[in-house]
Formats: sequence, C-alpha cells, structure tokens
Amino acid sequence: MVWAAATFAFVIQCVLPGDRAQIIINVTSGNVGLASSAELAAINAKYGFDQPLAIQYGKYISGILHGDLGESYQQHRPVAGIIAEQIGPTIGLAVTALLFAWIIAILTTLFIAGRDNIWAKLLNDTQVFFATAPPYWLATILLVVFAVKLRIFPVIGGSSPVGLILPTVALALELSGFFGQVVQNEFTRVLEQPFVTSARARGMSEFGVRLRHVLRHAALPGITLSGWALGKLLSGAILIEVVFARQGLGGVLVAATSSRDVPIVSGAVLISAGLFVLVSLIVDLTYRVVDPRINLT
Amino acid sequence: MSQGRPQPVPQPPDLLTVDSLRVSFGRGIHEKAVVRNISFSLQPGRCLAIVGESGSGKSVTARALIGLAGRYANVHARQLSLGGTDLMGLSDRAWRRIRGNEIGFVLQDALVSLDPLRRVGKEIGECLLLHGAVSSREELAQRVIALLKLVGVPAPEIKAEQLPHQLSGGQRQRALIASALALDPRILIADEPTTALDVTAQAHVLSLLEETKARGKALILISHDLAVVSRAADEVIVMRGGDVVERGNAVQIFKDPRHRYTQQLLDAVPSGRPRGSRLSPSTILRSPARHTQPAAQSPPKSRPILLEATSLVKRFKGPDGTLQAAVDGVSFELRSGETLGIVGESGSGKSTMARMVLALEDPDEGAVQFAGRPWTALAERERRGRRRSLSIIYQDPLGSFDPRWTVGRIITDSLSSDVETRRKRQERVLELLDLVGLSEALLDRRPLELSGGQRQRVAIARAIAPNPAVIVCDEPVSALDVSIQAQVLDLLGYLKDHVGVSYLFISHDLSVVRHISDRVIVMRRGRIVDSGATEEIFRNPQSEYTKSLIAAMPRLVRDHQIRHPATILEEGIA
Amino acid sequence: MSMFAEATVSRPLKEVLAIVRHFPFRVAACLIIIGLFALAALAPKVLQTHDPLAIDLRSSLQSPSFDHWFGTDQLGRDLYSRVVEGAGQSLAIGLGATALSMSIAIVFGVAAALSGGVCDSVLSRIVDVLFAIPTLLLALVVVSVFGPSVLTEVIAVGIGTAPGYARMIRGQMLAVKETGYVEAAKVLGHPFSRIVRRHILPNAMNPLTAMMTIGVGQAIIWASGLAFLGLGVAPPAAEWGALLNAGRNYVIYAWWLEIIPGLAVTAFALSLTIIGRHLQDRLEGKK
Repeated sequence: MVWAAATFAFVIQCVLPGDRAQIIINVTSGNVGLASSAELAAINAKYGFDQPLAIQYGKYISGILHGDLGESYQQHRPVAGIIAEQIGPTIGLAVTALLFAWIIAILTTLFIAGRDNIWAKLLNDTQVFFATAPPYWLATILLVVFAVKLRIFPVIGGSSPVGLILPTVALALELSGFFGQVVQNEFTRVLEQPFVTSARARGMSEFGVRLRHVLRHAALPGITLSGWALGKLLSGAILIEVVFARQGLGGVLVAATSSRDVPIVSGAVLISAGLFVLVSLIVDLTYRVVDPRINLT
Repeated sequence: MSQGRPQPVPQPPDLLTVDSLRVSFGRGIHEKAVVRNISFSLQPGRCLAIVGESGSGKSVTARALIGLAGRYANVHARQLSLGGTDLMGLSDRAWRRIRGNEIGFVLQDALVSLDPLRRVGKEIGECLLLHGAVSSREELAQRVIALLKLVGVPAPEIKAEQLPHQLSGGQRQRALIASALALDPRILIADEPTTALDVTAQAHVLSLLEETKARGKALILISHDLAVVSRAADEVIVMRGGDVVERGNAVQIFKDPRHRYTQQLLDAVPSGRPRGSRLSPSTILRSPARHTQPAAQSPPKSRPILLEATSLVKRFKGPDGTLQAAVDGVSFELRSGETLGIVGESGSGKSTMARMVLALEDPDEGAVQFAGRPWTALAERERRGRRRSLSIIYQDPLGSFDPRWTVGRIITDSLSSDVETRRKRQERVLELLDLVGLSEALLDRRPLELSGGQRQRVAIARAIAPNPAVIVCDEPVSALDVSIQAQVLDLLGYLKDHVGVSYLFISHDLSVVRHISDRVIVMRRGRIVDSGATEEIFRNPQSEYTKSLIAAMPRLVRDHQIRHPATILEEGIA
Repeated sequence: MSMFAEATVSRPLKEVLAIVRHFPFRVAACLIIIGLFALAALAPKVLQTHDPLAIDLRSSLQSPSFDHWFGTDQLGRDLYSRVVEGAGQSLAIGLGATALSMSIAIVFGVAAALSGGVCDSVLSRIVDVLFAIPTLLLALVVVSVFGPSVLTEVIAVGIGTAPGYARMIRGQMLAVKETGYVEAAKVLGHPFSRIVRRHILPNAMNPLTAMMTIGVGQAIIWASGLAFLGLGVAPPAAEWGALLNAGRNYVIYAWWLEIIPGLAVTAFALSLTIIGRHLQDRLEGKK
C-alpha cells in the first residue's frame, strides 16, 4: 500500500508539464526564463534526470527505503528533513482534535439521541451546520471572537497548551458535527433493538441503557471512520494552521504548492499514506477489541 | 354437612389481574387501538397462552404488562394489578422495581435479545446488580453459574464467559430465560420464546418453561404456534386484530373451539392432519374444491427421474481456518410429479445442497444431473438455456424482488420466451395471477406494499411462469403466519396436481414436511441419515437422530387426554 | 353539470395541495435559497446593485448600510454585488468538479465491481491509495503540478473527492450484486449483461442523485478552501474563497468582509446538503 503511494508520488514528479530541469531553475531563481542548454544539462546530471525512467524509479524507491524522499526544488534541502521538522505540531493538532471531536460527539449523543425535544433538534441542526461550514471560516470567526475581541486566548498560540485550545477546537468542530450525526443515527437505530428491551425489562433506567448498552454499539461505525477522519483532519489542519499562523506542515505545503515545489508535496503524500496505513491498523485492532464478533466470521 | 360434600379446592389468589386492558397509539383522530378490551387473571403455577398471528396485538399486550408498550402508547384498563399493587399510572422508578424483580420478560431470538457485545454471564448478572441483590463479585459469579445450571446450560463456568453468538441457539435462549429468572420473579412472560430455534432446542426450551411452571411461577406464553402452546398452556386466549376472539380452558379450546377463527387456526396446523388434505378454508383459494392425495397416478417407481444428485460434496473454510464439509456425500433422486422433502436443523447443509442443485454453487465433488443430462458439470453458458426448467421460492421473497419493479413487471420478466406477442404476455400474466389467487389490482403495486402472504404468492407465480419441471422451495412458509402458511401449502399442492410440477421442499419444520412430501430425506451435518417414503420415516424412523427429531416435534394435542410426552411416539397421527 | 366540472378541476388541485402541505418546510426553504443562488449565478446583473468591479476609494471599508447592503471592501467595492458575482464562478467550479469527480468515480467503481478478481483488486488498490491521501493534499498535488488557476481548481477538487465516491459506488455495486433479486434473475437464466443493465446498475446508482447534490456543496467548500490558501483564482475575481482570503486581513475592523461571504458559502452548501439528505430519506423510505 505504501509502495503504491510511493509509485504515485514518483509518477507525479514525472508528470509535471514542462521540463523538470527548467522548472528547477525557474523555481530557484524565482523567475521564468529560458536557461542555456549547459545549465539544463548540469541540473539534469545532478538530479539524474537524464537516466532512463526505470532507473530513476528504482533509485527513488531505494531512496525511500533509506529515508530519502528527494530534494526540494526550492530549498535544495532533503524533503525528508523539511517534512520532519514541521510535521510534529501538525500531527499533534490533528490527534488532539480527533479526541476532542469524539468527546463532543459522544456527549451530545448521550443527551439528545432518541429524544424528541426542542434541544435535540437545535443541537442536531448545529451539528449539521458545523459539518458543512467551511472550517477555515469558522476558525477565523473563532479567532476573532475569542482571541482578539474577548482576549481569552492568545492570538499567536505557539506551542503553549493554552494556545493549542482554540485551533484544536476550530479543527474539531467540523469533524464533531459529522461524527455526531453518524453516532446519533446509529444510536437511534440501536435503541430499537431487542436487547435494549431486554435490558429495560430487567429494570434498567433509560440512562443506564444508553450508557451501558447502546453507546458501545453506536460507537462502532465511528471507530471504523477514524482512519478517514484523521485524513480529513490533516486537510483541515493545513487550513487551520494558516488561519492561526501556526508552525506546521500546513504553511510548508502551501508555500511549496504555490511555488510548484513538487517533491515536497509528493513527499507529504507519501508520509500521509503511510500514516493512514498505520492508523488503519490501529483502528482495526481497536475494533476487534470492542466487537469480538469479527474474529469469528 | 361438611363431610359429605367435597370441599372446593381453594384457588390460589390471583397474582395478576387484568380487566379491560386497552392499548392505542397516536392521539385524536389518528388514534389507533392495537389492543381492545382484553381481560384475564393469572394464578401461580398456571400458564396462560395468548395466541394470535401478526398484528393480533399479543406482543403489545405482553409489553403493556411491564410498562414497556412504548413511549407513544396509551394504556388504559379498568384494572391492572399485580398482587396488591396497582400497575396503572406507576412512576418510572416504581416500574423499574417491578421489572425483573416481580415480573421477568423473555423475548424471542436470544441472538438479538442478548447484548451481542457483552458476555453471557454479565447479561445474566445485570439483573442481580440492578436490584442490589448481591454484595460481592464472588456472590454474583456464583449466582450466575447457579442460574445457568438451573436452565440446563452445560459447562456453565465456561459459557458465562462467552459471547452470545458462541453458544448454540438453544443454549442462548436458555441463558436469556436465566437472565429473566435471576431474581426469582413470580411471573414469567415469554414472547415467542421458541421461534428461531431448531426443533430439538425448541423442545428443551418448552420443557424448561414447564419446569418453571411446576416450581410455582405463573407463566404467560405468547406465540403464534398452536402446537408449541398446546403442551404447556392451561388457559388460552386467541387474539385477532386487537380483539379477543376466544378464550377458555386449554383442553376445551383445542378439542372443541367455538369461534370460526380458532377453528381456522387449528385446521391450519399441519400436525395431525391427514397428508395432502386442505388446510385453509376453501373460499380463499380461487381454485375449486379440495384436492386429494394423488391417487390416480402412475406408480412412483416408474416415473422419470428429473433430478439426480450423486455424492455431492461442498466444503467451506470454517471460522478456525480449517475446511469443513457443509455437504458431505449426499445422493438422492427426484422423480417427476413427486415432492421430495428435505428436513434438517440449521447447519445440516440443506440450503447449500439446494444451491448446488440450482447450480448457484459448484460442488467440490459429485454432480447433479437434470432430466438425464449433465447439469452441474456444464459451463454456465451452456446451462443458461435450460435454467428455466428449474425455479426457486425463497423463505423471504422480498429480498428476491427488485425493489423498484412492480408485480406485473416481476412476473412478466420471468415468462417463458416463447410467449411472443404483448397481448399474449398480458394474458398469461393474468392467468398466473388467477392461478395463485391474487387479484389483478396488484399488478401495479410494488412488493413492499404487499403482505407476506401476497408476496409469497407473487413469488410462486414467478416461479411457475416459465413452466418449470422442478421448483426448489427453500423454507417457503417458515416466515409466514399459520393461516397464511396453510394457504400457501394448499396452493403448492394444488399447483402440483394441476400444473404438473415437482418440488424439492426444504424445511426445518417436520410437520410441514410430513404434510406435503411424498418422500423425505433427513439431513444432519451434511449427511443423509434417513430417507424413504414419508410415512415410513415418520412411523418407523431408522436413525436415532430422526427419532429424536420426531420426538421433539411440537404436536398439536387436539385431544388433551393424551398429553404425556412419553406416549407421543405411540400416538402416530395424533 | 357545474358540479362535475368543479369536481374535475379541484381534484388535481387537491393533489397538488396535498403534496405542498406534506412537503417539509426546511426543504422548501432550501430550494428557494438554491433558486436565488442559481439566479445569481446565471443572471447576476438582475440581483446586483452595483458594479462588482467598481473601485471607489472614498467609500472603502464601510459597514453594511442601506446603500451597500453588505458593506464595502478596502477598495470601496460593494460586497453584496461581489458576492452575487462570485456565485456564478463558485457554482461553476462546484458543478465542474463534481461532474469530473463522479465521472472518475463511476468509471472506477463500476469497472472494479463488475470485473471482479485481479482487475478488481488492482483498481481497488489504486482507489484505496488515493483515498488514503487527505483530500486537500491531493488537491495540492494537482495544483503543484499544474499551477494555480481556475481549471486547476476544478481538476484538483475533482480528483481530490473522487476516491471517496469511487469507493462508495463500488460498495453499492457489490452490495447489489449479492442481493436476492440478482440471484433470482440468474436462476431464471438471464445473461449477466442483462442483469447488470436491468438490476445492478439502476439499483446501485439510485443513491447517486442525493450524493451528487451533497457533493456539489462539498466541492464548493473545498474549492473555496483552495482559493482561501491563495491557490485558486486571482483577484479581482469575486469567487467566494478569494473573498474570504482577502477578507481575513481586515476581519478585526471590517467583520462583514469575512463573515458574509462565509455565510454565503455555508448557506449554499447547507441548502444543498439538506436537500440531498431529504432525497436520501425519500429514497430509503421508498425502499
């Protein structure tokens, strides 16, 4: 799987319209122009572009196995290094946001699922709103309201825990809306199941039934979604980091993209694919723990 | 004065009194009554059976008795009391004290009635914990194991730590009963406790319920199956569409019912009726009169063989990774004009075998020949042309219909290709509808809008449309109400005589198989343990397994004097 | 005679009234909103009060007033008119991206589900790999390769959202393949092509309309996200994402520049989502 992602990353780099050497020169010098054939030849030799594709591919793969993801067109530094520097805060943000989203989703579900009052409808609508609104817009509003106007949180958070709160909440909102909907639907469905009636018939209270029996079932689809959710959070993190002017992969990627620095972007692709595989494994294991039926299919 | 006259036996005081119970849903003009005016009283050590088909209101009644009729239910009664406590208008907290403690409730199908993600022991112990009946973890564990022993679950220490799906169907249901009996409630309500169970498991659960009754509990049994109820019930209430149609002493109801509907229900049960006789009232089926056994037919042995299966084997990977044989060396033959019944419990391999006969699965070993020519050995391309001679009827027809298609389209789609003109096709469709007893008005409806019985009839119409030689019936009546089941069975019998089709009839219900089949095969774990003419098998079973199956069969004891299980085998046709 | 005429006229009217009465209020409201946006997209001049490009430095950064409904931006341009102007572009990008996305998804999904075996594995692998990459990242890849522009935005969002849909479609197709009615058709002896044509495709594609409706809304959000990062259309285009990007700098003292375009985007996407959900519910209710 990761291998496939690597191939993909390689393909991207080759697909660039225009001559790669030319692009590198353009990117480095900052302007577009035609370089002499000597300069082109020099770049080609340096990066090995003049060799047949198959060999380039082989070199690329072997490079990856050694942790070498190529070199940035713009910064002329190893991509792996660039990414490694910036990835920490991003992942931290994303994981914290995931937890946050989970907590919000579960709390709201416990209180409103299966009930029909006005609060339920209101909360439901809020969830849909959060799930649909542009995350960076919400983030900007949050930033303005809480940091600038009300001065509760610092505007530039840096790595302090307090400074982490606002971006995390902003990032988590969108996902919590989505999760909330999923868990809620499942919750309502499970409430109709016979084993819930059995529990009630034993004298269990409504709240007890929800907490002890239904929650575990309703959380299942949420767990399966967590892998994909992390991906969505990474997308969101890029945007949030820009809004809050935080350190992290977001800024790097945006800059790289606008300057057509493909190796960085494709390197990020590789890393994220790897992360996805890792998370999927964890999700799979967690699922098996919560739902032992899977083992005996 | 007191010596001569026999003293009246003191009746035990009423445990549960219900007077004019009424349950409805909705408000104002949308109010719909689901249970209208049911009254009864229950004494300890007695069993009341509430019998009815779907929509009769029996389940709602049961749930109303523990206050679980639903959030939107309106429950009214002139009196609803347990012992001395008035149950009308109880607070939620008061209800919780009663549920599990005074009244235990058992639902059907423990696979979904026990939390599939929790261990069996925990589910059973939950009741004890809720009502504060234990003081330590050890005591809890002990009591749970004792309960499992009480209901007859083997190796209780191990089973308590397992999940519901790891137990067999019968053990699961018994564990569910254990969870309801945990606090030794005075009343036990069981809503369809034996549906979804194999015959032998069913018999065990029924015995367990009878034991419970013998220990002095009051029992309320809800069921659609009269045969199941006839053993245990002391008093019977028959419901239909929310109304009480008949009630009375069990002996009297089964022997001499007064209401037409009760009589209809009793007639519909194949157990104890002569083979091939009509089960449903003659007005339902458009076709004329009773059909009798195929007397004027050529002797069985000389009829051509339609299906011949030789040493069929099919293996699947089991949950532990090893190859297991679902079907292990099965051979049989089906002759023209006969009904071959295949009977077996779940896991016996009968469905897999049906799929191989239909060439939906390829056998790992062995082959099936159809009308003298190779069938399973062929490539699909060559087979396709002959597929029309083999049809199938499923247990749940709804899944076999394209949800977007109308009834008309479904049937037209399956017409044989030699019906050329449009008008001829329409005629033929109408003919088929008439044959299965459906009205023309249903042509434009979608399957979802039809009742279960109507859907099955459409499935039958679709099955006979291409003029097949053989129809494979895979549990065609198991999901139907008793009276609808009777109609469908009659229809199948009628079609066999008048259209000339042979059946491969698969079912776990022995009484149904006995009623409709000419010959029977008994399967167990992928092998045939018994085969032969129907009456031979049922009167004189060869294998121990068949004997136990027949002994476990719930019999509709029409004449209640002969009740004791020990005499069942001698009854023959009850 | 007149009584009969009355009866025949009022019956269809009654049916229409019955439909209208049962129609959920929210869905109707959303349809109206969509209608307004569509109007803004197709015929902006009808709704605009000012010229969206007209610069008027004297009235820069004015808060919403009777004259300028949504206020003005730093160059004095009327925000309301710019939002209306941007509707067309945003909608076009959203539709284009969704169309591209769905086309790719259908091709891959259907091919994978029907081919089975090795072919399915290969196609699924490709889709899975792309699915593993966050949507925005995929979009960034496209942009980094082709350079920022409107067309790139469409392609980027299209490719970014395609894997998710492809998986869904493949899942649907496979699910339908396993149904009882497909098996029943097989027992009847119908050839596979006929079964695909009459059963599998229609049933699997049924949820597509609802998916697409919601999808357009999502596409618009992603596209505006790209524009927000400065990777989309260039100014002075009035595309909503660009507006949001520009508005960010002034948000502290000119809140309307950021809030209102965001509300526009949200309203549009939300309306589409609600309508799409409603379609889904209707579909499931039907089944």
